[in-house]
Amino acid sequence: MTLRTTAASALALVAVMATVPAWAEKLTIGLASEATSMDPHFHNLTPNNMISAHIFEALIGQDDKQRLIPGLATAWKPIDDTTWEFTLRKGVKFHDGSAFTADDVVCTWERAPDVPNSPSSFGTYTKGKTIEKIDDYTIHVKTATPYPLVPNDISTIYIVSDEGGCEGTTEQYNDLSVAHGTGPFTITAYEPGAVISLKRNDDYWGDKPQWSEVDLKPIKSAPSRVAALLAGDVDMIDGVPTTDIETLKKRDDLTLSQGSSNRVIYLHMDQFREDSPHVTARDGGKIKNPLLDKRVRLAISKAINRDAIVARVMEGVAIPAGQLLPDGFFGVSENLEIMAYDPKGAKKLLEEAGVGDGFRMTIHGPNDRYINDAKIVEAIGQMLTRIGIETAVETMPRSVYFKRASRGGEGDQPEFSFILVGWGAGSGEASSPLKSLIHTYDKDRGFGASNRGRHSDPAIDTMIEEALTIVDDAKRQDMLAKATEMAMENVAIIPLHYQVNTWAAKKGITYPARTDEQTRAANVVKK
Amino acid sequence: MTVFVLRRLIQAAIVVLLMSMIVFFGVNVVGDPVDMLVSPEADQAEIARVIRDFGLDRPIYEQYWYFLKGAASGDLGNSFIFGQPALKLILHHMPATLELAFAALFMAIILGIPLGLYAGLYPDRASSKAIMAGSIFGFSLPTFWVGLMLIMIFAVWLGWLPATGRGDTATFLGIEASFFTRDGLSHLILPALNLALLKISLVIRLTRAGAREAIQQDYIKFARAKGLSTGRIVFVHLMKNIMIPVVTVLGLEFGSLIAFSVVTETIFAWPGMGKLLIEAILQLDRPIVVAYLMIIVILFVVINLVVDILYSLLDPRVRLGEQGA
Amino acid sequence: MTIEHTDAASPMVPIPKIQAPWRRFASEFFESWIARVALFTLLTIILLALAAPWITPQNPYDLAQVSVMDGRLPPGEESFDGYTMWLGSDGAGRDLYSAILYGLRISLAVGVASGGIALVIGSLIGLFAAYIGGRVETFIMRLVDLQLSFPAALTALILVAILGKGIDKIIIALVLVQWAYYARTVRGSALVERRKEYIEAATCLGLSHGRIVMRHIMPNCLAPLIVVGTVQTAHAIALEATLSFLGVGLPQTEPSLGVLIANGYEYMLSGRYWISVFPGLALLFTIVSINLVGDRLRDVLNPRLSK
Repeated sequence: MTLRTTAASALALVAVMATVPAWAEKLTIGLASEATSMDPHFHNLTPNNMISAHIFEALIGQDDKQRLIPGLATAWKPIDDTTWEFTLRKGVKFHDGSAFTADDVVCTWERAPDVPNSPSSFGTYTKGKTIEKIDDYTIHVKTATPYPLVPNDISTIYIVSDEGGCEGTTEQYNDLSVAHGTGPFTITAYEPGAVISLKRNDDYWGDKPQWSEVDLKPIKSAPSRVAALLAGDVDMIDGVPTTDIETLKKRDDLTLSQGSSNRVIYLHMDQFREDSPHVTARDGGKIKNPLLDKRVRLAISKAINRDAIVARVMEGVAIPAGQLLPDGFFGVSENLEIMAYDPKGAKKLLEEAGVGDGFRMTIHGPNDRYINDAKIVEAIGQMLTRIGIETAVETMPRSVYFKRASRGGEGDQPEFSFILVGWGAGSGEASSPLKSLIHTYDKDRGFGASNRGRHSDPAIDTMIEEALTIVDDAKRQDMLAKATEMAMENVAIIPLHYQVNTWAAKKGITYPARTDEQTRAANVVKK
Repeated sequence: MTVFVLRRLIQAAIVVLLMSMIVFFGVNVVGDPVDMLVSPEADQAEIARVIRDFGLDRPIYEQYWYFLKGAASGDLGNSFIFGQPALKLILHHMPATLELAFAALFMAIILGIPLGLYAGLYPDRASSKAIMAGSIFGFSLPTFWVGLMLIMIFAVWLGWLPATGRGDTATFLGIEASFFTRDGLSHLILPALNLALLKISLVIRLTRAGAREAIQQDYIKFARAKGLSTGRIVFVHLMKNIMIPVVTVLGLEFGSLIAFSVVTETIFAWPGMGKLLIEAILQLDRPIVVAYLMIIVILFVVINLVVDILYSLLDPRVRLGEQGA
Repeated sequence: MTIEHTDAASPMVPIPKIQAPWRRFASEFFESWIARVALFTLLTIILLALAAPWITPQNPYDLAQVSVMDGRLPPGEESFDGYTMWLGSDGAGRDLYSAILYGLRISLAVGVASGGIALVIGSLIGLFAAYIGGRVETFIMRLVDLQLSFPAALTALILVAILGKGIDKIIIALVLVQWAYYARTVRGSALVERRKEYIEAATCLGLSHGRIVMRHIMPNCLAPLIVVGTVQTAHAIALEATLSFLGVGLPQTEPSLGVLIANGYEYMLSGRYWISVFPGLALLFTIVSINLVGDRLRDVLNPRLSK
């Protein structure tokens, strides 16, 4: 597959990068998203974390495939079931000149979950872990129960200095007076909505970026972003819309880089109500929710022509999905196949389930959240209508959609019967979707938070919970793969495809596509 | 006059209060900001924390009461997503939008009035008909579509002007604006034209309609009979009459210019408050939406007042004092 | 200028023979060839829209007839089901010719219904305000200010977000957005008219209030009303398109012209011009012909311009 070769060559480029001399050049990037603050702990959301990654660093970094690589820590290992030891990098300086030591980590750990007015805190990653300073360059992270994802969680927390950074308010970060990290760039200007200006950190401990100056400009409207690149306002853009890729590829003054993301687009089906609000018989009368029947769910999965969606709706820029994460990620099963398109088999299954005459259903989806979301929903509506499930299509802005999809119905239950959603595995491994999408909804223990179909299978639950306590990687990998296989066997959700992200740049500028969809100027290379 | 202005100010205060209520309750009906804010990986406890921290678990009248209390001391609340005072954020983005709106208004007047006057005075010429046809196209095309066309033609194909963003600014007479730099102006032209197109057409039509009407009025005929020069008739007598509807409408339309900058700013990535607003609406950043609308209401009430005063100066037949008891 | 006389009042003055008003109006209207062409175009468009189900190869709202396999076909290609897509297809596989005619129905319905209702409600309120005067007028005009201080696009955006999607809801939102424009316009010109001598004369003659308003003040408000009316109808259709562009307009599955253009917008840079351009042209023709007809109506209806 061409995507893989692109990714491979991109990787090769990263290797080459270290030998390329630094350029005294300016790079301007048009971004599809905008960070809401320069405070690295204010808002736990990809656009913010992506900007933070330019200025700050975590103890552990994530490479373009979200594999963990040394950051401010040079090594880490579990020393017993509940304790991890981290060895910190020596000789690193913050942008304000203060030295990086264990004290910075300790005070960062206190600050990160507790920033006032934070709309989404980093508490998700810090909770249940305590940090202990052993000496200036060694720390221990302790958990109450065995927990294998300590390094993954650690990799999300950007370290700030205990001389100013930890006491700094979000406002002070925004006016840049305390926005000092250890990262490859220092920040020189922040104009919300207009530009973030960066300068190369010439004292950076790692490979220095090629660019002496970088401007990051948010241009949220996709056609405008492409136009800005074509007009030469910017050197590179992210989030290239699928519709423009073919045309841009043909131009010889541009280079495109593509890579699959960690985001799966899938369907949730109501599996907890006998009387589902958006499902009726063909004549509009009440029927028992057919989605409770595994055969019906399987029929729906078979009725969907994933290749057609990828080819026609996504214009070839997506990968048909058979599970929760694409190949190559930790915890992915090797035994799962992509469900074949089989409308005849689907009809037969519907007959077996006693709904051979079909029924009526509404599919709901967002229209401004995922790549081509509304069109995918519509295509699914068409495909299901063709096997006799008369499907109405309703799409809405995400601001309205997500509340209704999560808690819009009676008793704060999900309102819809059949929905399209996407899930990006932030941790880069399979426990993330399993925990949130497949595990039984359990408010008190924080499981199944995004399980909007309320699929529930105690056997899978046990498996997921157990996997989350196994520190041994090989064992955990098997366990997660097994849980995924069971979920797919149940048709707990119907995976459609993995999103593929595209970056476009002027000729000679390349970017190794990242699975976490982030754009990082430090990795942009010029030949 | 003073009494009139005072009374209008009191009315304005009532309007602003009413408006705040409608807007506040209105935006609180729509969606739930929490889903926009929290990381998708957040668990139920984190979601509950955010709801509690932002006071979203309180009854809406209580939230409104807190808002009013804050507003009384000039605090319109903190933006959910930026964590900064909404008022500060809007004021920060306002100059860019005002700059755009004034540029558009300027274009509308400088292009619209002469063209409309010409079309009104010489209605039978082919060029007049072309102007009118052009004006019809001007407001028949959706703003967002024209915006993209402008980018396609002038930025992508011809490469004359930049496609997005605001250019360099410079300070002149204490005002920081991109009017004063070459780079700034080149960035300003396309979005301003995009925003102005509808208004240019409107001004052309209004001016032409006014001119055609006025030209048949007895006093113009009389002035002609008296042998006054055409220039004097047009610029003194005709203009005075035409200006009434034009000033009224432009006054009214200034608000809509600022509103439509939402679309223009989105397309041209212009860092103004319109873009801030549409993003706030899409992400349900309610404090920004409420604060923005409050500012717009106040701005508009002021414009209205100014228009009414100008109106009375231009047309002595309408006396301000006569309204109301 | 004609002032109505009663025969009893001045028997000696010969009364000019007046043509039936509608006939005079029609003949004047058709004097302009532009108006003739515009009216013809408009009527053709309306006819095409009404006849859409019988003259299109596909019902673009029936998902069983639409297939993504047909997506983004250029004009003239053959569809999956064997008919030719003369105008190509959009991203969801709708035949654009069919989609445009169906979309026209929706856009016209939205524009005309919202414009018409707003015009009636708005002008009645405006007239009432101007004629009553005093505190009532002040109150109404403050209400109008309140309404207008909300930029139209913004009000509509919020209203639709509260009301939800659907044609009826869009119409309600657009009426609520537009009524104030009519009220303000009518009240503005009525205010000037009210102070003119002939109204005083009519009052002295003992004519009823209703008669004065409807027969004397109202006709004089028509010229600005028609200017605003044409602008507003065009505006309503464009506003609906803008709302769709912002993602809160009509449903994607039953696209109006606005939704079609907005959807096609994202294809513009990729060279698939037809997805956006053809619906755009349809919208343009519709609005331009409405405007031209409105223009002519204004010229003909305005008594001060008639010779």
